Amino acid sequence: MDEALLRSLTPGVLSVLVRRGADFAAAEDAVQDALVEAVRVWPERPPRDPKGWLVTVAWRRFLDATRADTARRRREEAVDQEPAPGPAPTADDTLRLYFLCAHPSLTPSSAVALTLRAVGGLSTRQIAEAYLVPEATMAQRISRAKRTVSGVRFDRPGDVATVLRVLYLVFNEGYSGDVDLAAEAIRLTRQLAAVIDHPEVAGLLALMLLHHARRAARTAPDGSLVPLAEQDRTRWDTEAIAEGVVILQGALARDRLGEFQAQAAIAALHADAPTAGETDWVQIVEWYDELARLTDSPVVRLNRAVAVGEADGPRAGLAALAGLDDSLPRHCAVAAYLHERDGDLGTAARLYAEAARKAANLAERDHLTRQAARLNARLRH
Amino acid sequence: MAKYLLLKHYRGAPAAVNDVPMDQWTPEEISAHIQYMQDFAARLEKTGEFVDGQALAPEGKWVRYDGEGRPPVTDGPFAETKDLIAGWMVIDVDSYERAVDLAGELSAAPGAGGKPIHEWLEVRPFLTAPPTITE
Repeated sequence: MDEALLRSLTPGVLSVLVRRGADFAAAEDAVQDALVEAVRVWPERPPRDPKGWLVTVAWRRFLDATRADTARRRREEAVDQEPAPGPAPTADDTLRLYFLCAHPSLTPSSAVALTLRAVGGLSTRQIAEAYLVPEATMAQRISRAKRTVSGVRFDRPGDVATVLRVLYLVFNEGYSGDVDLAAEAIRLTRQLAAVIDHPEVAGLLALMLLHHARRAARTAPDGSLVPLAEQDRTRWDTEAIAEGVVILQGALARDRLGEFQAQAAIAALHADAPTAGETDWVQIVEWYDELARLTDSPVVRLNRAVAVGEADGPRAGLAALAGLDDSLPRHCAVAAYLHERDGDLGTAARLYAEAARKAANLAERDHLTRQAARLNARLRH
Repeated sequence: MAKYLLLKHYRGAPAAVNDVPMDQWTPEEISAHIQYMQDFAARLEKTGEFVDGQALAPEGKWVRYDGEGRPPVTDGPFAETKDLIAGWMVIDVDSYERAVDLAGELSAAPGAGGKPIHEWLEVRPFLTAPPTITE
């Protein structure tokens, strides 16, 4: 059974229930039950109309739950007349669901969890495993999130930027478990791009595809990180790159630049270089300038310093780095790299070791420790 | 979304404000303390931030490899060991500030006289998985 297809039906089914008058939290639970049931039943008895099947089962589950709640008997009588299926859910219904799950009243982790469940159709257990927390904790996080948005009117449009931030988080952060969160983020962003015409949605989708394309080349068989310059570019997914580039070009042609488009443009320039040596660093610096103008983020200026170091030499890179706060994450690692390029191996080795102590993730720490060890070994000879 | 370890020490942390050994408390004060810890963990489960909580026995052994074909050497416990972990709680929160706030609450667990212990807890971030987007 195609679980991705099953899960792609989730937002539509949920929208039908909400449209029929079910409150969001109860409808969401009922849809989850229907998905579980589908996984059990479909392999033996595949439905002719998968979505119709899900709506029917979810609606029955919703009614059962409502019936069980005797305090709501009167409401039950009101809803227990099998309503007509009603109009098929529209693109707007799906879009509203994204907005609701990324509502600004939610914390980032709650918005991520609710989006993965209500829009993505993942089970609480799958989400808990992906984020390495107990299932009970994730269940609480989700039900709290549902309570938080329970008063939000479902028919109001939201801000697409909040949705994009949530999808970006799903793509960028998470552990590798049973569920491939990066692929899931791409699926959800693709689905969003199908219901809203917005250059930044396209920009984020392009950004994800271009980074996802490098995935196989990013880690060595032993699990260690392979930096961009050393990656085997024949292992990049050219199909994903081509798709990302086309989507990005379409977005840029709209002339409404945003940070995700600019980031995707930088990723596209890397993807375009047959070898690391052929990278168009001058253009990349220009895109970082755009990005700095759009976001004014110190992290962007840090990455810009790396690009300047490649375009104009390590001294220029170090000069670009000089104005930045050295407590920024990865500042030390960037300084180490530029000093090595400048031939000052002693300083570089010391800074790599310091960067390793400050690293926020394990793979990066190990990578930086190896860099320090490599230079220290050379310095001993 | 970041995990933090809240680490409690038997020994090695700076002295608490209300620094009275537990065996000098009244039984009711001990019960109140335990109840506070349980309530704290239960509340974190409800907020969707609890990952794990464990307590450790105060005494353990030191073990090391002693070469091919030989059993590992065990030694200790050593009286001079400065740092002795009593237990931990692992939380999954949205920010460093939230982790510090929660550690502060945990440190307010009641001790002697029913007053907060004000004990020092160590807050340590977990190393994460690498981000997907690298430049």
